[in-house]
Amino acid sequence: MEMLLEGFGTALTPTNLLYAVLGVLLGTAVGVLPGIGPAMTVALLLPVTYNVSPSSALILFAGIYYGGMYGGSTTSILLNTPGESSSVITALEGNKMAKAGRAAQALATAAIGSFVAGTIGTVLLVVLAPRVADVVVTLGAPSYFALMALALFAVTAVLGASKLRGFISLFLGLAIALVGTTTGQPRLTFGRPELADGIDVVVVAVAIFAIGEALWVAAHLRRRPLEVIPVGQPWMNREDWSRSWKPWLRGTAYGFPFGALPAGGAETPTLLSYITEKKLSKRPEEFGKGAIEGVAGPEAANNASAAGTLMSLLAIGLPTTATATIILLAMQSYGIQPGPQLFDAEPELVWGLLASLFVANTLLLVVNLPLAPVWARLLQIPRPYLYAGILFFASLGAYSVNFDAFDLGLLLVFGLLGLTMRRFGLPVLPLIIGVILGPRLETTLAEALAISQGDLSTLVGEPVAVVVYIVMALLLVGSIVGPRLRRTAPAHEDEEEKVDVR
Amino acid sequence: MTTTNDTPTQARPQVDRAQYGLSGFLAVVGAYVVIEAVGLAPGFADQSVQPDAFPYVVGTALLVLSVLLAVATARGDVAEAEGGEDVDLGQGSDWITVAKLTGVFLVAVVTIAWLGWAIVGAFLFAASARILGSRRLVLDVIVGIALALLTWYGFYVGLGIPIPAGILDGVL
Repeated sequence: MEMLLEGFGTALTPTNLLYAVLGVLLGTAVGVLPGIGPAMTVALLLPVTYNVSPSSALILFAGIYYGGMYGGSTTSILLNTPGESSSVITALEGNKMAKAGRAAQALATAAIGSFVAGTIGTVLLVVLAPRVADVVVTLGAPSYFALMALALFAVTAVLGASKLRGFISLFLGLAIALVGTTTGQPRLTFGRPELADGIDVVVVAVAIFAIGEALWVAAHLRRRPLEVIPVGQPWMNREDWSRSWKPWLRGTAYGFPFGALPAGGAETPTLLSYITEKKLSKRPEEFGKGAIEGVAGPEAANNASAAGTLMSLLAIGLPTTATATIILLAMQSYGIQPGPQLFDAEPELVWGLLASLFVANTLLLVVNLPLAPVWARLLQIPRPYLYAGILFFASLGAYSVNFDAFDLGLLLVFGLLGLTMRRFGLPVLPLIIGVILGPRLETTLAEALAISQGDLSTLVGEPVAVVVYIVMALLLVGSIVGPRLRRTAPAHEDEEEKVDVR
Repeated sequence: MTTTNDTPTQARPQVDRAQYGLSGFLAVVGAYVVIEAVGLAPGFADQSVQPDAFPYVVGTALLVLSVLLAVATARGDVAEAEGGEDVDLGQGSDWITVAKLTGVFLVAVVTIAWLGWAIVGAFLFAASARILGSRRLVLDVIVGIALALLTWYGFYVGLGIPIPAGILDGVL
């Protein structure tokens, strides 16, 4: 508690407050803007880490992360084309509400629900993260190796529609991670001295997220502008409040644990929340026509999951979403190793960051409720300028790493890879996490085997490691058997809610 | 867990042949990684994980995945292309625009050391905007120059990072 108060001391200095404001404004803006999300924005802003203090930069990035979750809901509700996968479910009821003239109420329940969930989630984060870190810090290299393998496996096999594509993406990432001379020998450097230090992850991240996306959109740019539903001041009446508060709490209960798990993400909890609200609703007939519960629950779930994601990032050092991955990258560029030691090694930084999450959340509510119509106007930005701007800032970000044209060339190559991945439905996240965790996987394994003097059985020599491998096996079995069972038991078909996204 | 995808918008009658290309790409990358692993000099005796261990695993996995993808493709597996707010998958892909943008980018790669960021950045923005459908050339160029100069001075003054100025060295 004392630590948290000291954290507020860090977060509320004028400079850091300014970065928090900047973060939430930018985050909301990019959440609203099509084609650009919080992960890409943080990736594009990585150059600021060269000259801004670590706590300010992380406060900025956390503000963008939370803000992106808010902004994403605005597009889902007003456009029916969710930009972030976390707000896909919001669009189901949110857009129907907007079409029925209740856009203001949908935006209000989304914003207030996000605030409630974000605050509860951050409280849970503050309470739980140090305790989890205390446990994790006692784990040896074998257990840590197992946890990393679990994170890679879960992100690859559990999320996403196609496991085959997930693994393709993961191993491409691991192959990129091999480049360099960390083991003493040049591996995959093609004899280029520029590659001796490995491929800069910043360049890969910016290329895959920004260039890949911009090129993909360029190939499919809508000829007709989208129809934006006009909106006034968000507000809710008494009935809306009484229909919203329970879904907010239930959504939070789904979101936080799923975010904190290595298989995190916001997709599963938002879907579960939607199904739950539909089942529990007193007016199930309104679902599909714009039920406020269907907006309140999932919106709370996705913000709570953002808080949960930060738990596994800060306490274990494992990123589970794209934005968390880039934040980890930013920490590494400061020479800060995220993980259980973080709470002891960098208390000022961590507690300042945690305190700033409360600040960001409150700012977001203040910024979003009155300004919703202004944000909606961002959707009118001319598309050529938006995507030319993304290409421009991506180039600047990659060039500023070393001021070397070679990096721009790499940016183009990986940008084309990003384009290819989108064409073939390869998920982006496993690749990025593979690039980041690949080298750590190798050093942790080397560490474990050095202690055991090459005895492989050390890998299952710790109880935590054994449990983690069992969990992985269960996940594997579940993900193979689950869909089969569903297919062979059509009687249960109506148990499964069929959700039509489009 | 339910899947949220519905049926593909256009039912393709035959296999997605382009996926064989992806499969081939994976095979090439996998083979290259394995060959590289074979040619690696042995590591130090005290290295508990030899430098070629990971490349062998990754390369082999890529080769296996390449085969699996080829098999899946032959059995009618179709990629689910990524959607988005500004993405219209109902029409075909406009690869000419992508090729033009790639060309602009290549020009930037080749000229940046000589011309510097201020000029190349402005060109990158204006040319990309034009290719993406903007029809106000003068405005595009003005916005491009403004952005390039702002970021150059922003890095120089704000972050203390002098981006090489190229031929404008001394002018900026």
